[in-house]
Amino acid sequence: MPKKAQIFPSVLRERPFHYCPGCHHGIAHRLLAEVIEELGIRERAYGLASIGCACFLYYYFDVDICEAPHGRSCAAATGAKRARPDLVVFTYQGDGDFAAIGLGESLHAAARGERITAIMINNTVYGMTGGQLSPTTVVGQRTTTTPQGRDPQHYGHPMQIAEILASFPGVAFCARVAVNTPKRVLEAKEALRKAFLAQLEDRGFGYVEFLSACPINWKTDPVEALEKVDELVETFPLKIFKDLS
Amino acid sequence: MKPLLVKGSEAIALGALAAGCRCYFGYPITPQNEIPELMARELPKRGGVFLQAESELAAVNMLLGAASTGVRAMTSSSSPGISLMAETFSYLAALELPAVVVNVSRGGPGLGGIEASQGDYFQATKGAGHGDYHFLVLSPASIQEAYELTARAFDLAEKYRQPVMILTDALLGQMKEPLKARKIKPRTYPKDWALTGARGRPGRILRSLYLGPGELRARNELLQKKYRAMRREVRAEVFGTEGAQLIVCAFGSLTRIVKEAVQKAREEGYPVGYLRPITLFPFPERYFAPLARPETRFLVVELNCGQMVEDVKLAVCGKAEVELLAFPPSDLPTPEEIYQRIKKCLRKPRSSLRS
Amino acid sequence: MKFEVILAGFGGQGILFAGNLLAQAGMEAGLQVTFLPVYGPEMRGGTCNCTVVLSDREIASPVVTYPSALLIMNQPSLDKFLPRLRPGGLAVVNSNLVSPEKVQEASRAKLVFVPADDLAEEEGAPRLGTMAALGALVAVSEVVPPEKVLSGLKTLLFPEKKAFLEPNRKVFRRGWEFGQAYKLGEPSKF
Repeated sequence: MPKKAQIFPSVLRERPFHYCPGCHHGIAHRLLAEVIEELGIRERAYGLASIGCACFLYYYFDVDICEAPHGRSCAAATGAKRARPDLVVFTYQGDGDFAAIGLGESLHAAARGERITAIMINNTVYGMTGGQLSPTTVVGQRTTTTPQGRDPQHYGHPMQIAEILASFPGVAFCARVAVNTPKRVLEAKEALRKAFLAQLEDRGFGYVEFLSACPINWKTDPVEALEKVDELVETFPLKIFKDLS
Repeated sequence: MKPLLVKGSEAIALGALAAGCRCYFGYPITPQNEIPELMARELPKRGGVFLQAESELAAVNMLLGAASTGVRAMTSSSSPGISLMAETFSYLAALELPAVVVNVSRGGPGLGGIEASQGDYFQATKGAGHGDYHFLVLSPASIQEAYELTARAFDLAEKYRQPVMILTDALLGQMKEPLKARKIKPRTYPKDWALTGARGRPGRILRSLYLGPGELRARNELLQKKYRAMRREVRAEVFGTEGAQLIVCAFGSLTRIVKEAVQKAREEGYPVGYLRPITLFPFPERYFAPLARPETRFLVVELNCGQMVEDVKLAVCGKAEVELLAFPPSDLPTPEEIYQRIKKCLRKPRSSLRS
Repeated sequence: MKFEVILAGFGGQGILFAGNLLAQAGMEAGLQVTFLPVYGPEMRGGTCNCTVVLSDREIASPVVTYPSALLIMNQPSLDKFLPRLRPGGLAVVNSNLVSPEKVQEASRAKLVFVPADDLAEEEGAPRLGTMAALGALVAVSEVVPPEKVLSGLKTLLFPEKKAFLEPNRKVFRRGWEFGQAYKLGEPSKF
């Protein structure tokens, strides 16, 4: 007999998300909450809320959460994990936070093989500040600071973070997922689970990149945004790049 | 107890270990490398964590993460590295994290030099980062005091849930003196804020973002109240102020040179007193106020272009003349130079203040 | 009692080690001490100096304008510091690198020329000339008992660098004997 589906993960606080219609943060939050619950790590969890749309992580998750300055979540996570190795430490960052201002901290934490789990929400723009160019904005994509579209002569090409991290010996699990179809939602959850297992089994740095929609800044409606995610897959293939389990 | 002949930087590291510091994060910079090097040797032996970061930026954020779990943690650097940490200092203060930061300062601005300098007084006491915040700032003048104050910094940090800075410089950092590394019993304070995992309790939050109406104001008022409460920790070293016509003020390692000059002048019968703030924030105003009289003049000696002199002026509140003897960083002044200036100051006629 | 000495020479001559050792010996003899190195780019090859203050009272300044003694290992150091030596002060000078004829203003100082590098070489440790000069300084000034320097050496070198213990001891002793002989006007054994 199939198990009765739990409607609301206990790790989430019961309060409506502030996210825009069609934003994928809500799905990613829920998956994260479910994984924390299913792995039984709520009482050891330590999250880092970074600067950007997800800075209110602490309003939704009933776990210990600290705020880090913009880009520094992986460094702060390193400090927390080293100080108390019994904690299960995760960061939840956007592409601007993880890959632009915080690239140094992100890559070095991965290179050291920190036993932390990093979640990067890649929606190819700076969401909270109004949709500006980010390191993952794709070629030709219009943003408020690339009104003519991203010109690779001027800004170069988008950075493929999952591919970069996969080459680091310290990284134990590294995947890019999306949540624009039910199948992909299930795959995303499994990837998230494995990224936590990499930490729980003391194997190394775990990384999951969510290719996510930002309909407001993409100037699309939520349904079109789902299709647009499919277009992004050309630049950002969905794949498990590394799994040392 | 057998004394050890150690550098100031080593005394700071030993003081931190004695106070039960468990985590050190830092990035190499002259002239404070003895601190991370000693910690790298000693911390792992004691079950602690030493981690060299990829930058000061990373180091101070590792400190933030470690401190948020309620563990005693520190970083150290020198002037340019401290500047790089400034944004996170603001967060440490806003999150009210008990963290200890050591600045073995050097000459600036820019790359400046590696000689002793007190050019970071403003940065340390007025807050290097954004917003209304302060560190509690302690400034040792001897190797023994460097040890004691560093150990005390960890207690004060927990007592007030407050980042504490040890501000010193290359002179004290590099010189050696005997140290009696007495055993220190760290005090314990409640840590009902620390992020240790939500075992049998709701999740805790450490945040500094307040968007609700009036929230940020209330938050700031709370911090200011704490900063006022910290005034009970102010300390200063004072002697010879009774009947003094001139009171010489300085802080940190420079006071060693100043003290020699003051002692020489006093031995020769000159009416000269000495006042050394030990806490730089909160500034020990209450030591100054009763001494501020029209017949007394203050001479502030600094190894910079004149920074603490502003706090002295605020503390004496126009009731006494305040003069500056500034030595921009380069060569150290000699006791003789300061002694000559003391004599000159005493000969100088009073300004209109008296009338 | 207050003894303020500047030790100066080329980087690599062991100036900082000798200063540190003198401070250690002073501390082990129960004195107040400060040791202030000049550090940084001057450390390798250039001139190098440090200031040691030994006193039976609390020491205020580790920085000294007019020292009561000098230990000089090369000509540039002599040129720089001899003018600052207090009248009647003691200067122990390495005569292997400073020719006595070149010394000006000798009248107001007590100058002791020690063939420091030769003495060290004769003891089979040619790089330890500064230890020979320190031996002479300790003998002539009597600022600390020589045994305290030897025990200080052990504190500094044992156990990590114990291989250097014996050569340093030998050269220090040799320098001390030279100083004693100078002081008494006759040869002396340690």
